[in-house]
Amino acid sequence: MTQPVLSGSIQRRLLILLFCASALLAVLLYFVVQSVARQVAQQSQDNILAASALSVIDSARSVDGEVIVDLPYSALSMLDSVTDERVFYVVRFGEDVLTGYAELPRPPLSKARQTAYMSADFLGEEVRIASVSRSFSADLGRDRLEVSVAQTLSGQRQTLARSSRLALGVGAGFFALAAVLAWLTARATIRPLDRLAASVSRRGPTDLRPVTAAVPQEMAPLVTSLNGFMSRLEASLNRSEDFIAEAAHRVRTPLAVVRTKAEIIQRHIRKPENKAAMREMIGAIDESSRTAGQLLDHAMVSFRLDSLAQEKVDLASLVNDMVERLRPVAEIAEIDLVIVCSDPATIQGDGILLQNALRNLLDNAIKYSPADTRVEIRLTKGDTGISLQVCDEGRGFPKAGDADLAERFTRGDNVHGIVGSGLGLTIARDVATAHGGRLILENNAGGGACASLFFPSS
Amino acid sequence: MRKLVFSLVLILVTARVAAFEIEDHSTFGPKQAQEVLRILSTTDTAIFAPMIQSYLANNPDTFIDYTVASSTDVMGAVLQQSQPFDLVISSAMDLQTKLANDGYVQKHVSGVTGALPVWAKWNDMVFAFTQEPAAIVISEAAFQGLDMPRSREDLITAMRRNPERFRGRVGTYDVRQSGLGYLFATQESRVSETYWRLTEVMGSLGARLYCCSSQMIDDVASGELAVAYNVLGSYAFQRSDLDGIRIVLPSDFTTVMLRSVVVPKTAPSPELAGRFADHMLEQAHSNSGNFDIRRWLGPSDGAALSRINLGPGLLVYLDALKRRAFQKEWTNAILQ
Ligand SMILES: Nc1ncnc2c1ncn2[C@@H]1O[C@H](COP(=O)(O)OP(=O)(O)OP(=O)(O)O)[C@@H](O)[C@H]1O
Ligand SMILES: [Mg+2]
Repeated sequence: MTQPVLSGSIQRRLLILLFCASALLAVLLYFVVQSVARQVAQQSQDNILAASALSVIDSARSVDGEVIVDLPYSALSMLDSVTDERVFYVVRFGEDVLTGYAELPRPPLSKARQTAYMSADFLGEEVRIASVSRSFSADLGRDRLEVSVAQTLSGQRQTLARSSRLALGVGAGFFALAAVLAWLTARATIRPLDRLAASVSRRGPTDLRPVTAAVPQEMAPLVTSLNGFMSRLEASLNRSEDFIAEAAHRVRTPLAVVRTKAEIIQRHIRKPENKAAMREMIGAIDESSRTAGQLLDHAMVSFRLDSLAQEKVDLASLVNDMVERLRPVAEIAEIDLVIVCSDPATIQGDGILLQNALRNLLDNAIKYSPADTRVEIRLTKGDTGISLQVCDEGRGFPKAGDADLAERFTRGDNVHGIVGSGLGLTIARDVATAHGGRLILENNAGGGACASLFFPSS
Repeated sequence: MRKLVFSLVLILVTARVAAFEIEDHSTFGPKQAQEVLRILSTTDTAIFAPMIQSYLANNPDTFIDYTVASSTDVMGAVLQQSQPFDLVISSAMDLQTKLANDGYVQKHVSGVTGALPVWAKWNDMVFAFTQEPAAIVISEAAFQGLDMPRSREDLITAMRRNPERFRGRVGTYDVRQSGLGYLFATQESRVSETYWRLTEVMGSLGARLYCCSSQMIDDVASGELAVAYNVLGSYAFQRSDLDGIRIVLPSDFTTVMLRSVVVPKTAPSPELAGRFADHMLEQAHSNSGNFDIRRWLGPSDGAALSRINLGPGLLVYLDALKRRAFQKEWTNAILQ
């Protein structure tokens, strides 16, 4: 059988695709989780800063027309409660700096927005700044009082490092899970294909029924064309068989008619030379008829050998049937068919072919033996294998063990005008070989030929 | 109004131009040594020398230059950034924190600093190596016939009951002059209202105001003062030469100040500075020897200790407006 030409694997391609998709999603998830965490961390820091700035602005009051800001202790200490942070603040009234770090950057505040945030670098470190403002009246009139509070980011960085580790864990976990699912998916996707392949290859050689098991939609075209292909194959095989049977019939029938006519004519012929010519003619007709029969048989055998059936064949009953069928022919030739030994034996194979092989052996034995002789049939089962032997008391093979006799159209020089085509042993040998056995041709010590089919026990 | 506004920045600018006055200067170790460490400190040489010597015992090839100045001058020197000091040691924990917060100090991380308790370090920049309580120093003679006060409440009662005995004989820090006095006062006012009542009682008795702990201790010992409030306990405990004084750590709460060390950004040899700082911290926190960090806390160690927190909270009372408001309130209470 020729190996199929491979180009990739659907399962592998599917796996790679799914893996890539999961990796992509995992990376995406990592970034999403991280950015959410960053936002949350930023938000909570902003809230604390705003609370601090509000507590400062709430402490402002006007004393004797002067703005007094009584910085609450907690306003700055609360910014340092979890992690050590550097803290900066500035209080502005209008454009004047009342107290604090005058250079601290100023988030853009407006009338509409009372709270603003920004990130900036201050005194060598990145800080987050929150500003709150409200209008305030002092002796100089009404103006905006604005408080900015800033804080370094070590706590936020700590939170981010933690959430980044978490995000990494989530991403990796997601990928692992997705990879397992991808593998299962790929396998599940491929399974119907595997099942179809298995069910087709499990079939017997002659089982050409269409596939009826349910298959996924995507495989329907494949199954449809497979079924179509098989039905065409079955039709063509049936045609060949029909043709063989038809051809045999078509050739044999006219020959039989011709032969009958020739015999009738021969009876009316007086002249001895004409009579002889007529006999030759009848002989030639027999030969043609025989050859046609054997050729078709041989063709049928070759055809069946191509896809050997594997049924259990009971050899003993097969032998018995065949002997009974040939017994009338043998009686005409006054030959006694005797089943000497019939061990119970079965063999895995094609019963019709085995019948054919045995018929040819028996046919030879009857044909090449004189009248009043016995043909002995032995079916024996031993340690080495099964042997089916047909022995006669006739002239024997011209040369014992001559395997050439089994070649096509080969006949011995001992036939002395007996009609034949030289295909009988060929059929027997081919059948034996197809069943893992062989054909053995021997001569009996007391005269006569012995042909046997031997099937060694595997 | 603008001229009334003192911004902290202005104070710092004045500090910047102020002269840097050296109170004491000494050197340790061989002059030709490979490594030179320059320390600027508010701690008296005599007190700190054993620490330097214990370091030199293990690292003989080091030359150590030790300069003593007032805490304001120490801060000014660091702000000026022209004096190449490797280590700055100060009792003014608020100023040390301010220096660190404002970016004049570098981080120092080591195995030793990693093992420190949380309260003893801030931002890997400020490291505490002492705990020094604010104590009440009492003249035993002046309290004859009275119960020894254990708490502020006891002291208030004693002074109220015997005004004639205490008039003009009560001493405390002038928080307008002394940074340490201001630190103690602000932290106590934050913790308890008792502080203000006590200050008012002291004010009504014509309290005398001091710049420094040692003078208060001397005056109590000489009998000039009956009681001195918020004296640096570490100084008092060291005056074993004086009799007749009693050092009381108030049982309601004892304010504890932390002396600290920082490595300035401008340190010429920060690596050496780090090693020396580690040595100091190890000595202090190993709970043994001369520098055990609990040596001045006495048996009162525990619940009553109110340790001043290192951190940005200290910046609050350095705020110019806040300082002005506090000093005004305090002056009203003490000068009646
Ligand atoms: N039982 C037998 N005794 C003697 N010779 C035999 C015997 N069987 C076969 N042979 C010899 O082997 C030759 C080949 O036999 P084979 O059966 O193939 O051909 P065939 O009998 O001549 O023709 P057919 O095809 O019609 O059977 C025969 O021609 C014959 O010479
Ligand atoms: Mg034959």
